[in-house]
Amino acid sequence: MVTFTLNGKTRTFDGDPETPLLWVIRDFEKLTGTKYGCGVAQCGACTVHLDGMPRRSCITPIAMIDGSDVITIEGIAGKEAEAVQTAWAGLDVPQCGYCQSGQIMSAVALLQMVPKPTDDEIDGAMTGNLCRCATYHRIRAAIHNAANAMEG
Amino acid sequence: MTIHDITTSRRAFLAGTGLVIGVAIAPKFLSAARTGVPAGGAGDLKPMNAFVKIGTDDTVTVLSKHIEFGQGPFTGLATLVAEELDADWSQMRAVHSPTDNKIYANLAFGLQGTGGSSSIANAYEQMRKAGATARAMLVAAAAEEWKVPAAEITVEKGRMKHAGSGKESGFGAFADMASRQTPPADPKLKDPKDFVLIGTDLPKLDTREKTNGAAIFTLDIMPDGLLTAVVAHPKHFGAVVKSFDDTDARKVMGVVDIRQIPQGIAVYGENTFAALKGRDELRIDWDLSKAETRSSAELAAEYIRHFDKPGLEATNTGDVAQAFQQPGLQTVEAQIVFPFLAHAPMEPLDAVFIKAADGSVDIYNGAQFPGFDQQVAAKILSLDETKVRVNTQLAGGSFGRKAQFGSPYMQEAASVYAAIGGDRPLKHMWTREDDIQGGFYRPMYAHKMRGAVDAKGRITAWEQIIVGQSIMAKADLDSTSVEGASNLPYRIPNLKVTSHNVTLPIPPLWWRSVGHTHTGFAVETFVDELLTRVGRDPVEGRLALLDAASRHAGVLRKAAEMADWGVTLPEGRARGVAVVESFGSFVAQVADVSVGADGAPRVHKVWCAVDCGVAVNPNIIKAQMEGGIGYGLGAVLFDAVTLDKGGRIMQSNFHDYRSIRINEMPDVSVEIIKSTEKPTGVGEPGVPPIGPAVANAWRKLTDAPVRQLPIVSIMSS
Ligand code: FES
Ligand code: FES
Repeated sequence: MVTFTLNGKTRTFDGDPETPLLWVIRDFEKLTGTKYGCGVAQCGACTVHLDGMPRRSCITPIAMIDGSDVITIEGIAGKEAEAVQTAWAGLDVPQCGYCQSGQIMSAVALLQMVPKPTDDEIDGAMTGNLCRCATYHRIRAAIHNAANAMEG
Repeated sequence: MTIHDITTSRRAFLAGTGLVIGVAIAPKFLSAARTGVPAGGAGDLKPMNAFVKIGTDDTVTVLSKHIEFGQGPFTGLATLVAEELDADWSQMRAVHSPTDNKIYANLAFGLQGTGGSSSIANAYEQMRKAGATARAMLVAAAAEEWKVPAAEITVEKGRMKHAGSGKESGFGAFADMASRQTPPADPKLKDPKDFVLIGTDLPKLDTREKTNGAAIFTLDIMPDGLLTAVVAHPKHFGAVVKSFDDTDARKVMGVVDIRQIPQGIAVYGENTFAALKGRDELRIDWDLSKAETRSSAELAAEYIRHFDKPGLEATNTGDVAQAFQQPGLQTVEAQIVFPFLAHAPMEPLDAVFIKAADGSVDIYNGAQFPGFDQQVAAKILSLDETKVRVNTQLAGGSFGRKAQFGSPYMQEAASVYAAIGGDRPLKHMWTREDDIQGGFYRPMYAHKMRGAVDAKGRITAWEQIIVGQSIMAKADLDSTSVEGASNLPYRIPNLKVTSHNVTLPIPPLWWRSVGHTHTGFAVETFVDELLTRVGRDPVEGRLALLDAASRHAGVLRKAAEMADWGVTLPEGRARGVAVVESFGSFVAQVADVSVGADGAPRVHKVWCAVDCGVAVNPNIIKAQMEGGIGYGLGAVLFDAVTLDKGGRIMQSNFHDYRSIRINEMPDVSVEIIKSTEKPTGVGEPGVPPIGPAVANAWRKLTDAPVRQLPIVSIMSS
């Protein structure tokens, strides 16, 4: 039996311990904002915060996270999250939208660690998040806007 | 006829009352809620017009006959309605329409479907009329109630006013009454100079739910009792199951059943991981006797052999053979091979099946041709078509992947559902591996080109042979193989374009911008090479071959001006240009390129000018140009699906089918040419110019023309 917190609530899981966190979140917890895109840590669509750090939930076996704290797109809060979501809406970043939960989770984690990232720091934090619609140009601008808004 | 509709909880307010401008739409709203489980009651049919519903809470909901997968029809179609309705943008909502090949036909196709960058173009007048009709009915209702002449009522930003009596109201209060008015036969549309919403950067209607995880895609539909199924597919095209052993697979915790279907072996799990793990434990012997066993290199050699045979004539003007004989000409020859390309939409293909108490079935999927999905599923499930409802969902991209005649994906999904039987809801999903290896690629093509140019840069002769699969499965000329080549915009007196259709067991499909993905590259790199061979500037030289008043010339001049074309560049930088018309829209791009640290092209900046007629929403047009540039650039730099010796598919996921990443995305500037022409699409036309623009810069940097794609394959070969 694995016990963890998910968006602040204590949860347990006693299924197959190899089950990736992604499928626990989606199939068992029915939180569907976290997406499947590749299953092999190549696309970032499944990004969540695990003990405050961005983590690809598709390659994270549930057994590994016993006692950990998991935040998904449905549970993010705080000034970074607000600034990022507002900036995203301001530039109408999403196209199909499927990758965007993962993009936002990575961007929020970046701003929590680096409040005013440079373009290189944005590249470093965001290269693991694919967007097949190629909204990258706006993602970069939105991160800068979010950083500026938090400063102001 | 009962047609279900589905809506997210955010939109549940629409249930029940209000003006339903819609033919045969039962206000049966199923609450998708967080789990995506449909639930709700039935209501009366309201036989009115099909695209607009007005709620008593003043909201206006547009039923989009086009699927929303990021290209913006929800916002675009709602803009057209809101304009003629004189609505306020804040009251507008959009949902997918039900499936109906007549009512919701794409006027360019004659059946319901999204594709060919046609959404705005085909719906431009239809949606405006739907808005104008609703406005007239609301005004008529208010006139009746207020006992004033309808002509004296004005409407602005969702408020109806009668100056004389001082009466004023929103739409909601009159929704019911308006729904009983006779719709005007021919509502008057605005003069474009009076537009207040069309042409402005209205915020997109689907942005908010796509930034907080609330947007529901097919994969997110999770009714109680759901089974999840995946299918083990062959690694060779045309292979079929000879035998299989599922002993170990059945031992996996959560595996419910395993069945053979025509497409492979289906594994059914209590959850996704169980199904995936079970699939990994299958042992399958594949029969390769009818499979494609040639490698990509062998296929290319086979394609090239066609160059010497007589082809299907696409165009033949002047006398090409004779023109090449003339003295004083420079002649250039080129042979370019294009690889198979997977679309790789971010959400792999998936579908959910839910059986209703009466035995009818609801299907939830990213249906690009919902009518085909309905027909195919009904057949496989042995149901009458009226007992199968296709509920179109937001889709995580498509790029052409979901637009399939005969719905082969639905054939598989419905077969999986039919094979297990029973009453449990079922989700069928493809993994990324299924997607990359699943065929329906942009076909492989080989082009042979020969051109002659005089000292002044006049191209006197052009011959082009195109070899590849016919996407339309034609025995004769397939226009999608030659579009963009057979109708060159340039003044070339002697032009001959032929094609050869090749048949393979690898299913082909259109891929964002279809024929222009390869013809645009071949034409625009070759014209560039011919011009520079005689010392002509690529922009000036092209302009000299175009009518000065043409839209091609207009975007080309604009892009050159944006880029400050001709400016002295720093050491190690070069610029390339290309201009391509596709789907009625004209796009020119200039790319600023250097050789990156890894030896591959590094694209720093792209300037893009687009002429797509009336710009309904400039912000969406710009976004589609940016996205098209990123999508096209990733493919040209990195992507190929290849077959190894023996025909096995070599790529399987994003590690070897590369996608462009944020650090590789150039800065992009877009300008839209002001126009009063009817609007044309923008989903695809941003793609074709980027490849040749980058390749033309690369030729300047390396002195080597790009004759093989992706560009990284040249460096490794
Ligand atoms: S699904 Fe986890 S990184 Fe792609
Ligand atoms: S918005 Fe479509 S994949 Fe990123």
